[in-house]
Amino acid sequence: MAEFSIDRFVDRYAERTSGMSASEVRALFAVASRPEVISLAGGMPYVEALPADLISEVVAEVLRDLASTALQYGSGQGDLRLRERLAMLMAEEGLEGDPDDIVVTTGAQQALDLLGKIFIDPGDTIAVEAPAYVGALGAFGAYQPRYLTIEVDADGMVVEQLEEALFRGERPKFVYTVPNFGNPAGVTMSHERREDLVALCREAGIPIIEDNPYGLLRFEGLPLPCLKTLDPHNVIYLGTVSKTFSPGVRVGWALAEASVAQRLVLAKEAADLCGSNLNMLLTERWFSDDDRWRSVSAGLVQTYRSRRDAMLEAIEEHVPDAATWTKPQGGFFVWVTLPAWLDTKALLAAAVERRVAYVPGTAFYPDGRGASQMRLAFCYPTEERIREGVARLGGLLSDEAQLYRSLRG
Amino acid sequence: MRIAVLAGGRTPERDVSLRSGHRVMASFIERGHDAWLIDPGEGPLVETLEERRPEMCYLALHGKEGEDGTVQRLLDLLRLPYTGTAAFDCEIAFDKVLAKDALRRAGVSTPEWVVIEGWALRDLGGGAALGAAIERVGLPCVVKPSRSGSALGVGFVDREQDVPNAVMAALSFSGAAVIEAKVDGTEVAAGFAGSPLDALPLVEIAPKSGVFDYAARYTAGATEYYTPARLDGAVEAATVDEARRAAQALALRDLTRVDLIVDRRGRPWVLEVNVSPGMTETSLLPMAAQAAGMSLSDLCDRILRAGAARMRES
Repeated sequence: MAEFSIDRFVDRYAERTSGMSASEVRALFAVASRPEVISLAGGMPYVEALPADLISEVVAEVLRDLASTALQYGSGQGDLRLRERLAMLMAEEGLEGDPDDIVVTTGAQQALDLLGKIFIDPGDTIAVEAPAYVGALGAFGAYQPRYLTIEVDADGMVVEQLEEALFRGERPKFVYTVPNFGNPAGVTMSHERREDLVALCREAGIPIIEDNPYGLLRFEGLPLPCLKTLDPHNVIYLGTVSKTFSPGVRVGWALAEASVAQRLVLAKEAADLCGSNLNMLLTERWFSDDDRWRSVSAGLVQTYRSRRDAMLEAIEEHVPDAATWTKPQGGFFVWVTLPAWLDTKALLAAAVERRVAYVPGTAFYPDGRGASQMRLAFCYPTEERIREGVARLGGLLSDEAQLYRSLRG
Repeated sequence: MRIAVLAGGRTPERDVSLRSGHRVMASFIERGHDAWLIDPGEGPLVETLEERRPEMCYLALHGKEGEDGTVQRLLDLLRLPYTGTAAFDCEIAFDKVLAKDALRRAGVSTPEWVVIEGWALRDLGGGAALGAAIERVGLPCVVKPSRSGSALGVGFVDREQDVPNAVMAALSFSGAAVIEAKVDGTEVAAGFAGSPLDALPLVEIAPKSGVFDYAARYTAGATEYYTPARLDGAVEAATVDEARRAAQALALRDLTRVDLIVDRRGRPWVLEVNVSPGMTETSLLPMAAQAAGMSLSDLCDRILRAGAARMRES
């Protein structure tokens, strides 16, 4: 008799890989990415809006003037010219940052991984929003934390809940938040909550990780101060050019106290030596022409605003009354909460069959919640496709309600 | 021989199918055949086939379209020979509602079941009959979509109040759901290949989580397999026999995998049959072949020969 183990290394893997398994949802997404399916799932920026001719010019310029640097290894912290440019970008949101305290990373996603690496020991508690960005849960998850989840409402993270948890004796290593147009909930932390959060964490000595990919994609209303502006010392700020320029260049950054920045650089060097100089210089050049990037960025905001409007109108029209949803003032996402009996993970197969896709809510919780919620992204499909996609989804939800009534009497 | 390997498609099992297809194609090339892959999900299938008419189509498609007779009918129409079961028989084998009925008529033991049609629930208020359905099947039970593969949409239910949600989940994958009595015992897969179908050693499936679901199937290392299965000799023979009767009852050809549970008394129960079993690195049929001393390439060759012999006869 032979015992077959498909994977002969199965007993050798680290414990932290135990959560990495094949999933039905992933299988369904293989179908959802087909052109006939209207995908309201992926948070892909609308890069088609970038003027290809201008980008080509910038690429040519970098290779003409800076080839020997662009094609070489670089510093672990990232090219200084780029860091200066990123400091200017942060100033757009009223945040002052010293280029010396910036660490350029491979997308902000790498910064999440590096922060996990330098802060989390197995079993450590970290505080995250519920729901939270799935990529952060993935990055932190590899370091085996215990999660303290803090609810989110229309004004962002419910800071009182964190306060109560601290009162109970919880001492998270850090608090992670996406305060502007969060992924997936689409909500923005109010000014008052921001003040409360930084005061609470400062007093407790708990660092805050402020992840701000969408801050410059505000459609309406007044910008709110960054947490990092409210407390420059206790907040680690993460930025990215993925949403204002291109996710393909993989340029993100962390702005942190020198002591944290230094550890991040060491961790970054251990992980991949340095980022891509070519991409960093390309990004620096892109943002060097103020009029150019501002006009492209403004065009993107305009496009996303119209798409958000189309989605909210379509939801209003097609999604049954029993549902509730957020009304984002910026960013990419609307978060829909359906009646508790609906299982959005199971429903995804039927949705794909009707040629529409979304992300089931459970992905955004570390504890299995979110079964009756879904994230809808309005960033990529055209307004027409968004309307059609939401209409398909609405039809499906109505049919499900009919099924449920029959089954439950 | 010039062989088109059809793999991919538009179902949730697309990725699995592509993995199967690439391995099968590579094994044909290894044997000196002119083999290429066609993904019906990528372009118009008929045009692609007409363009470069293959002498044989190897069907590595999984799930709807590839296993339910749709593609087979199309190939019949184009007069292109293919490996595996004929169109009409695929249609029956792939649909658990039809297949279970055919098995019962042939005297093959399959767990007690009840069918719940989605439209009957929506339009006829069929939900009121759910209580009677559960009473007939008993608890715990397994709720499955009538037409789906890779355990997608399958739910194991212990409590009556959880049945409706499991039914809704199954109906998300298919128009009808099958509520089946859950048999406890040893899960085994019986592989067959060639013409006439030759039994391969049984593979015993021992998922570490206790449930052979999608993750347990496709995450390397999540399930332990034993082959031959750790069954008593007489029980093993009876199991292979029951599987063979199932394959015959459903007129399966060239290759198939019959999934069974052997209960605590040693009685085999047929759960389902597969007309296009997976050929990936974590799949059971290649594993069974390996236990019989056959490589993947030997196995594919055997399937190909079965298809080619039929082609010559016609």
